[in-house]
Amino acid sequence: MTDEPLLRVRSVSKFYGNRIGCEDISFDLWPGEVLAVVGESGSGKTTLLNCLSTRLMPTSGSVAYRMRDNAFHDLYRMSEAERRMLMRTDWGFVHQNPADGLRMTVSAGANVGERLMAVGDRHYGRIRAAATDWLGRVEIAEDRIDDQPRAFSGGMRQRLQIARNLVTGPRLVFMDEPTGGLDVSVQARLLDLLRGLVHELGLSAIVVTHDLAVARLLSHRMIVMKDGHVVESGLTDRVLDDPQAPYTQLLVSSILQV
Amino acid sequence: MNAPSDTIAQYNFAYLDEQTKRMIRRAILKAIAIPGYQVPFASREMPMPYGWGTGGVQVTASIIGPDDVLKVIDQGADDTTNAVSIRAFFQKVAHVAVTTHTADATIVQTRHRIPEEPLKEGQVLVYQVPIPEPLRFLEPRETETRKMHALEEYGLMHVKLYEDIAQHGHIATTFAYPVKVEGRYVMDPSPTPKFDNPKMHMSRALQLFGAGREKRIYAVPPHTRVESLDFEDHPFEVQRFDEPCALCGGMDVYLDEVILDDQGGRMFVCSDTDHCEERRDAGHRGHLAGEDGPPSSISEGGTQ
Ligand SMILES: [Zn+2]
Repeated sequence: MTDEPLLRVRSVSKFYGNRIGCEDISFDLWPGEVLAVVGESGSGKTTLLNCLSTRLMPTSGSVAYRMRDNAFHDLYRMSEAERRMLMRTDWGFVHQNPADGLRMTVSAGANVGERLMAVGDRHYGRIRAAATDWLGRVEIAEDRIDDQPRAFSGGMRQRLQIARNLVTGPRLVFMDEPTGGLDVSVQARLLDLLRGLVHELGLSAIVVTHDLAVARLLSHRMIVMKDGHVVESGLTDRVLDDPQAPYTQLLVSSILQV
Repeated sequence: MNAPSDTIAQYNFAYLDEQTKRMIRRAILKAIAIPGYQVPFASREMPMPYGWGTGGVQVTASIIGPDDVLKVIDQGADDTTNAVSIRAFFQKVAHVAVTTHTADATIVQTRHRIPEEPLKEGQVLVYQVPIPEPLRFLEPRETETRKMHALEEYGLMHVKLYEDIAQHGHIATTFAYPVKVEGRYVMDPSPTPKFDNPKMHMSRALQLFGAGREKRIYAVPPHTRVESLDFEDHPFEVQRFDEPCALCGGMDVYLDEVILDDQGGRMFVCSDTDHCEERRDAGHRGHLAGEDGPPSSISEGGTQ
C-alpha cells in the first residue's frame, strides 16, 4: 500500500440553478478502501457519485485521481478521450439496473470481452479465455458464455455486469445501489461475491446505497448525506454502532426496529 | 455544352442546380481530405425513391462533365433495371457517353460490387450506400457513434466479429465487411461482398460513397490503405469459389449462382457481366458455354 490516496475530492459542489445537488464535499479515498455513501433518495448521494465518476460536471471543486504514473490528474481538466479511456480501463461502474451497464443483445462472452477489445486485444482465443475465467469468478456457468443477458436472471445479470467491469483489472469501481431491485436472498449472495472480489483484488470502491446493511457488509468507511450535505462520516462500524449526528441516529434506529 | 435547347429549359446539366453541385463537391473534397470520414451533406430530392441509389446519383451528378464516359452496374451487372434507368437518366440530363466496358469508363457508379478489372488512375468509382454507419448495429445513438469515430473508439467493431466467431466458428460477415481506412477511420464499404475488400486497398482510382437517405458522403482517395478488420487468430479471408465461371472459365472472380431449371440445375457465373463477356470475346470458354457462346437468356446475369 502506498501512503497516498487514490482519489482526492475537494469541496465538490453541484447546483441545479438555486437547488443544491451536493455541497462542499471533501474526502480522500485510499487504495483498497471501500467507501459507502449512504442516504435517502434526494440526499445528493447519486449527484455526488456522478460528479466523482465524470458523468456530471461539478459546479465547483476538484476531483483528482492518482493515475498509474502515480501523478494526480484533475478529472475535469483531462480531455474527453482520456476520461473515456480511464473509465473503460482503470475504472469500473456498476449500475443499479444491469441493462444500463450491459449490452443486452450480445453474448455474455462479448459483454465481458468488450473492454479488452476496446484497449486493443485482437486475439479471439485470448479474449474468450479471459471471458470464461471471469464468468467463473462471478459464478456464471461456462456453458452460458454464448447466451445473451436477456436470458439471465436479475442476479446473474448483475454478476455479469461486475465481470464486464473487472476484466481490465480496474483499481477503482463505482457502484450505484448494486443490490437494489434484487430479492433478499439474491442480494446476500451478490454481496458475498462482491466482498470477496473487492478483498481479493484489493479494489477501491465507492458504493452508493440507501441500505445500511450493504454499507455494513461492504465498506470500511462511510459518509452519511442529507439534503446535499455530509452529516456524518467515519469508520463504518463506528458510525453504525455509535452514530453521532441526530439524522444518523434516526437512520440506524429505524433499521433496528425492523 | 451542346445539349438540345428544350432539355436546357427543363434541367440544368446533370439535373442538379450549380449551387447544389458546389455544395456536394465541397462535401466530396472534405471527404477526400479525411479518408473514411462521413461528411454530412444536404441530400436533395431526386427523381427516384430513396433506396434507388439517390446518394450515388447525387455524387455522380456533381462530378460528371460532358466529356465523361459513364458505366453503371448493379451487383456487377450493367443490364438490371436499376442500372439501366440510372444510365438512361444521365444520358438524358447530361448527354454523356455511356459504356459497359470498365476500362472505357471515367466514372463507374455501382451498387454492391467493384469491377473485376483493376481500376486505373483517373477513374472514379461511385458507390450507392444504404447505411453508411458501421457502428450502427450495436450503437443506435448518432451522438455516441460520432464520438466513437472522433475518439477512435472502435472496440465495438470487434465485438461484432467476436459474436460471429462465437456463433459460427468463423467470421461469418460476408457483406459490408468493416474496414479501417489509412489506419484511422472505420468505414462500411457498403454491401459489397468482402471478396471486393482487397480491391479497395491502394486502389489507383478515387472511390466516393454517397448515402442519400442518410445524407452522408465519404471517400477513399487513390493509393490509400484499406484494411479489413479481423483477429490475429481469425485473419480476414475472402470468399473462395470451388469452380470457375461456367461461361468464361474465369477463376478468382466473384460468382453468382444461377438457377437453370426447376429440377435443381444450377451454375455459377461471373457476377461482373462485362468481365465475363470480355473474357468470352477473348476466346475463353467455361464448361457450359458451348461453341457459340452462352444462351443469351443466361448471360443476362443477375440473381438475388
Ligand atoms: Zn465469367
